[in-house]
Amino acid sequence: MKLKKISENEWEIPKEGKMLVPGKIFASEKLMEKMKEDKTLEQVKNVATLPGILKYSIALMDAHQGYGFSIGGVAAFDLDKGIISPGGVGYDIDCSVRLLKTNLKAGDLNDKKKKEILHSLFRAVPSGVGRGGNVNITYKELDEVLKKGAKWAVEKGYGYKEDLKHLEENGNLNPCNPDDVSKRARQRGIGQLGTLGAGNHFLEIQKVEKIFDLETAKKLGLEKDQITIMIHCGSRGLGHQVASDYIKLMEDKYGWPEYDRELINAPIKSELGKKYFSAMNCAANFAFANKQIITHWVREQFKHYFKNVKIDVVYEVCHNIAKIEKHIIDGKEKEILVMRKGATRSFPNQPVLIPGSMGTASYVLIGTEKAMEVSFGSTAHGAGRVASRTSARKSVRGEDVKKQLNEKGIDVEAGSWKGLSEEAPQMYKDIDEVVRVSHEAGIGNLVAKLIPIAVMKG
Amino acid sequence: MLFMKFKFLEHTADIKFQAFGKSLEEVFVNAALALKEIMTRGIKVKSRINKKFEISGKNNERLLYNFLEEFLYLSDAEDFLLSKIKDIKIKNNKLIAEVIGDDAESYKFSNNVKAITYSEMFVKKEKDKYTIQVVVDV
Repeated sequence: MKLKKISENEWEIPKEGKMLVPGKIFASEKLMEKMKEDKTLEQVKNVATLPGILKYSIALMDAHQGYGFSIGGVAAFDLDKGIISPGGVGYDIDCSVRLLKTNLKAGDLNDKKKKEILHSLFRAVPSGVGRGGNVNITYKELDEVLKKGAKWAVEKGYGYKEDLKHLEENGNLNPCNPDDVSKRARQRGIGQLGTLGAGNHFLEIQKVEKIFDLETAKKLGLEKDQITIMIHCGSRGLGHQVASDYIKLMEDKYGWPEYDRELINAPIKSELGKKYFSAMNCAANFAFANKQIITHWVREQFKHYFKNVKIDVVYEVCHNIAKIEKHIIDGKEKEILVMRKGATRSFPNQPVLIPGSMGTASYVLIGTEKAMEVSFGSTAHGAGRVASRTSARKSVRGEDVKKQLNEKGIDVEAGSWKGLSEEAPQMYKDIDEVVRVSHEAGIGNLVAKLIPIAVMKG
Repeated sequence: MLFMKFKFLEHTADIKFQAFGKSLEEVFVNAALALKEIMTRGIKVKSRINKKFEISGKNNERLLYNFLEEFLYLSDAEDFLLSKIKDIKIKNNKLIAEVIGDDAESYKFSNNVKAITYSEMFVKKEKDKYTIQVVVDV
């Protein structure tokens, strides 16, 4: 495969064969070496062959092999000629991150208190196994969740109206018709509202370790040694089923694309394309409501320990989503569809949240004008795996991971030992390198570094 | 040598497995057992509750996808965890299964399987041996 180095952190796969646009990769030499080890670059090429794709098929610095589209991939499509693909969004629709800030300082949480709070959070926020959910709703109410997103939760008393201002799209994506979500998807989701889920999802108590950009940090209300809380979860079984349902429907109607079965898609303008977009928005609304409810419980638990604690939302970003946005195409502003799979929107002055893997640093960045020009207003979403879960389980034990984290002063509560070993920090790419490249490439600038002091995993 | 029911293969982000069997029924059962192993991470599930379901799919791969997805559905929607498959019949792209398992409430575990995928999926028959390959999204 031809690969051209454009600048220190930018690469191009020139147009060849059936590619309609070139490929563009943001990576340092070190991160590029990792990408070459799996099918990431091949997937960038495959995506470049999809009808209606605009400008370039992008892989961001944390990209690794996914289904059809790489994870850490961005692709934009013309609304008239383009396609929409569940594979370009991912199975975990709107797997996303919310950051909360507190008026507490690291010194306010001694070791004993920290352990106690973590334990109460672990009890208050179910991971979602069995009838784990604490929110009982009817199917009629579930429709409201799917339509209103975080706003539904606020109306039900979970959190404040003010919270909504600090969420991507105010926590409510449109158009969203609950009729486009299958009965099976609803059945999978109804008991899971207000649950964290397992896998790489987590809830973390952090402290602000370092400020890179004092002025922006101040605007966001972040300062050194402050306690923050990060919630990482998605649309749970409901979203997974939406993806699955539409992959099958699109396959039946439009067949398999030439290069990869998982690139299954439908024209954006088609009935099925529109229905998927609506169902995907419903799933994202579920994810927004989910985190809004969890935020409320986090506030309640902290209040037991600190009567005057104030916990506010810094921001919430989507990581797996397709959006209709305005971008400059051929010198003209135009509405297009942007699919971000394992990627974060990085619009000028918008906070970007990049979670590390369990036990490593997370970062707050700020979106830039440059990102609008070169990456459809997008940057990375996280660290990205380097080793499989099976090899993780073979090489590290959950108990050892816990010990390792404890030695770093990080407390852990987890649903399963094996789950803990699978998410061991050494199984992920170097997050510091990922954000450094984002900053240097100018597509998301560093604001603050957050380090975990207590982690809860489902 | 004992006949291997399934094995796990390397996959960076997710979990890939192959299942083996002398008939389509047997290979489907072994694929379900591999999925169960991933979902419960090897926790032993008791045989207390019976379930029967019918699945259809226009070809073997779609049938497999829908069959495995049924266990994610049963876990999420009905809190049901699989212990074993009592009976399975596959004919004319239709599958009828009787399965035994338990209420998830009694187990402390997290199901980390998000979805069954078509990625690298195949159902192959070579001589008298069937092989299935599946990648699940976790």
